[in-house]
Amino acid sequence: MATKTTDLATLSTHLKREVKATAEGLQYLTFILAGESYGIDILKVQEIRGWVPVTKVPNAPSFVRGVMNLRGAIVPVIDLRLRFGLESVEYTKTTVVIVVTVRSEQGGRIVGMVVDGVSDVLNINNASEIKDPPDFGTAVNTEFISGLVTIEAGMVMLLDVDRLLSIEEMFAVEAVRTADALHATA
Amino acid sequence: MAIDIGQFVQTFFEESLEGLDIMEAGLLALPPGAADLEQINTIFRAAHSIKGGSGTFGFKEVTDFTHVMETLLDKMREGQMAVTGEAVNNLLESVDCLREMLMAVRQNTDIDSARVENLQGRLTRLLERNNTASRTADATGNLGSTASQPPPPPGGWLINFRPHLDLMHSGNDPVRIFRELATLGDLTVRPDFSRLPRLAEMQPEDCYLAWELELRGAASQEVVTEVFAWVEDDCDLSIEPLADTVAPPPAGATAAEEPGQGELLLERRGGDRRKSDRRGAGTAADSASIRVGIDKVDAVINLVGELVTTQSMLSALGVDFDMDRIDKLHEALDQLDRNTRDLQEHVMRIRMLPISSVFSRFPRMVHDISEKLGKLVELKISGEQTEIDKTVIEKIGDPLVHLVRNSLDHGIEPPAERGGKPATGVITLNAYHKSGSIFIEVGDDGRGLDRDALRRKGLDAGLLRPGEEYSDEQIHELIFHPGLSTAKQISDVSGRGVGMDVVRRNIQDVGGRIQIASQSGWGSKITICLPLTLAILDGQLVSVGHDCYIIPLLSIVESVQIRAEAINRVAGKGEVLRFRGQHLPILRLYEQFGAENAVTNLENGLLVVVEADGRQVGLFVDDLQGQQQISIKSLEKNFRRVAGVAGATILGDGRVGLILDISGLIRVNNAAT
Repeated sequence: MATKTTDLATLSTHLKREVKATAEGLQYLTFILAGESYGIDILKVQEIRGWVPVTKVPNAPSFVRGVMNLRGAIVPVIDLRLRFGLESVEYTKTTVVIVVTVRSEQGGRIVGMVVDGVSDVLNINNASEIKDPPDFGTAVNTEFISGLVTIEAGMVMLLDVDRLLSIEEMFAVEAVRTADALHATA
Repeated sequence: MAIDIGQFVQTFFEESLEGLDIMEAGLLALPPGAADLEQINTIFRAAHSIKGGSGTFGFKEVTDFTHVMETLLDKMREGQMAVTGEAVNNLLESVDCLREMLMAVRQNTDIDSARVENLQGRLTRLLERNNTASRTADATGNLGSTASQPPPPPGGWLINFRPHLDLMHSGNDPVRIFRELATLGDLTVRPDFSRLPRLAEMQPEDCYLAWELELRGAASQEVVTEVFAWVEDDCDLSIEPLADTVAPPPAGATAAEEPGQGELLLERRGGDRRKSDRRGAGTAADSASIRVGIDKVDAVINLVGELVTTQSMLSALGVDFDMDRIDKLHEALDQLDRNTRDLQEHVMRIRMLPISSVFSRFPRMVHDISEKLGKLVELKISGEQTEIDKTVIEKIGDPLVHLVRNSLDHGIEPPAERGGKPATGVITLNAYHKSGSIFIEVGDDGRGLDRDALRRKGLDAGLLRPGEEYSDEQIHELIFHPGLSTAKQISDVSGRGVGMDVVRRNIQDVGGRIQIASQSGWGSKITICLPLTLAILDGQLVSVGHDCYIIPLLSIVESVQIRAEAINRVAGKGEVLRFRGQHLPILRLYEQFGAENAVTNLENGLLVVVEADGRQVGLFVDDLQGQQQISIKSLEKNFRRVAGVAGATILGDGRVGLILDISGLIRVNNAAT
């Protein structure tokens, strides 16, 4: 697995500088999940932290790992692998939590998402570089993917975090999933 | 010296509302027939302050209205008018009306002028009737008409106002007096400069001017004298009727012009100021304020001082620390712990208000309702100095009103039906602190609950099983049941239960409990138990597998170890523990919350007996951890509501702990069985 990880501290300072430098261009924070590269709008990112054990929340979907203490605020932590229906892995030293601010009907929410590792900041100077996500039919769920960008090392999928980390949607998805499971066993 | 008067307008509202409370309390304590001079004086003073303040800020409607009240009170004070029940009731209503007017002015909305006029008319008629009565049937004839002033004196008044030099030293301002006079009629002001010394000899703070005032209008002499009430000791004053025949022309053209301009200026300033005041009031009303005793603030400052000392002690220790000084470090940390706890407690105390602010509305309510129902009721209030969080106070008002109303309406019998008891029923309101909670009791010596009727109702509704024996508490508990409480019959028979479920829900919303004790024929007592504050609670930490949960200490009855032979398995209904003569359902927390690695053998863990909504249940946990003060954080802000969890908090080690929602858990448990 070609995981490109950078030291968190340098990355954070890098992030801030980059954001200031090119305000007009689009910037995405890229991270690795099961060997694939994903990108999220850098303005959504609040901070990046190492993984620390969280407090489990009862009766929540499996991809909600629990809640953590972010300087006095209670913040839910989502495992993105499980959210995508990928198999889960043991958390390692490079496992990080990206803390993002998402828009919801109740206003801004802070949510943490667990990814395998963060890699870089992707600058996109021209919006035309972003291609529409391919239509896989109904086999693959592409509703969270807002676009695709080709870079030297391959391809980056850009994610719509507001959709992806909507708590309401997560619980709705879970309800459907358990209903399906019940249906299958019955 | 220009003072922005707008900054005081908020204080005026607060003081006026307090003044109204004083008036209300005074009026209620006023024995009809006998004029208690001290009491009337208190009421009069409060009315007078409101009038003065509203005059200063230019709230004319309020000033006018208070003025009529004040005149009435003045007559009572002087013994010229009897303190009749009618007068007191009218005054009470006026207090309400005045309160509404103040609120309207504060929120910059329109005043209900029809009501104001109606009341004002009634008060004036009272006055007139008194006047005509005392003047031995001097039938002026306009009794029925809406004329709001006594017959005007011919033309008006000539006022010679000659202030002493030190008038301004007492904080009085002649301009204000003139402005008030100007509201009574046509005012002409002629200054007299004769006393004015040479500039070199002039003391800037002395008042050298004197005035001759001509007031044309229908104001009575009392009204005019009243305007000068504040300054009558600081001036030479004469008020004489204007010669009727003399036409208004002022002495000379120049003399007339100058005061005329002055008048104009005065009025315009008054108008402007009023506008800006209202704007200020409109915005200020949104941010509620709180009055805090200086002793509380001093205590906090004191504690912050100690905290600073501890902090410098710790940082001095940290400069070159070696293990020899570990004792010192521990000592300093202990001190820090103590300081923090004290500070927290005192800061919380700032938000605390005496419960009298809630209790104070009841004398009036009891007075009004008992009169309407034709019952004799005495209200006994104690413990009104008990302090309680402001947020709790705001939430507790309505439930208490409901409970007292219930007691009045259904609890206390009409005098004829009270049997061997004294004809006057007693309603007691009591508040006290006990073991970190606040208890409020509402009691009455009326009918009490009809146990049999309640029981029948419960059986009908399928809430009780026939043939089983129920304790009094279980039966009384039924009145909180929503299905029963709205049933008409039960409120006729037992006299209670209208909306009691709402009362209970309100109390639970602020983390409290409610209990009822009753004896048929001898009355009932409702006890409300509330947490001291909403933001912090005492919690018991319990461990379940790897997880740690917090149970509010308030809901814990006790913790017990389980003996296997005491457990009964009810088919399809889970497990119950035979415990102190009752069957206690067991709720395995690890099952409920899907915890891993938890103790599953009942004999190896602990059962925490908790209570909510009058039901008890045993929560099965691995072990008890420490107790600590928990500051409640919202789980919903970034996540969502979780069944069985009331909120979250940060534990000592920085991790998040979940606070259990006991009544939610019990509901879930009931639904499952």
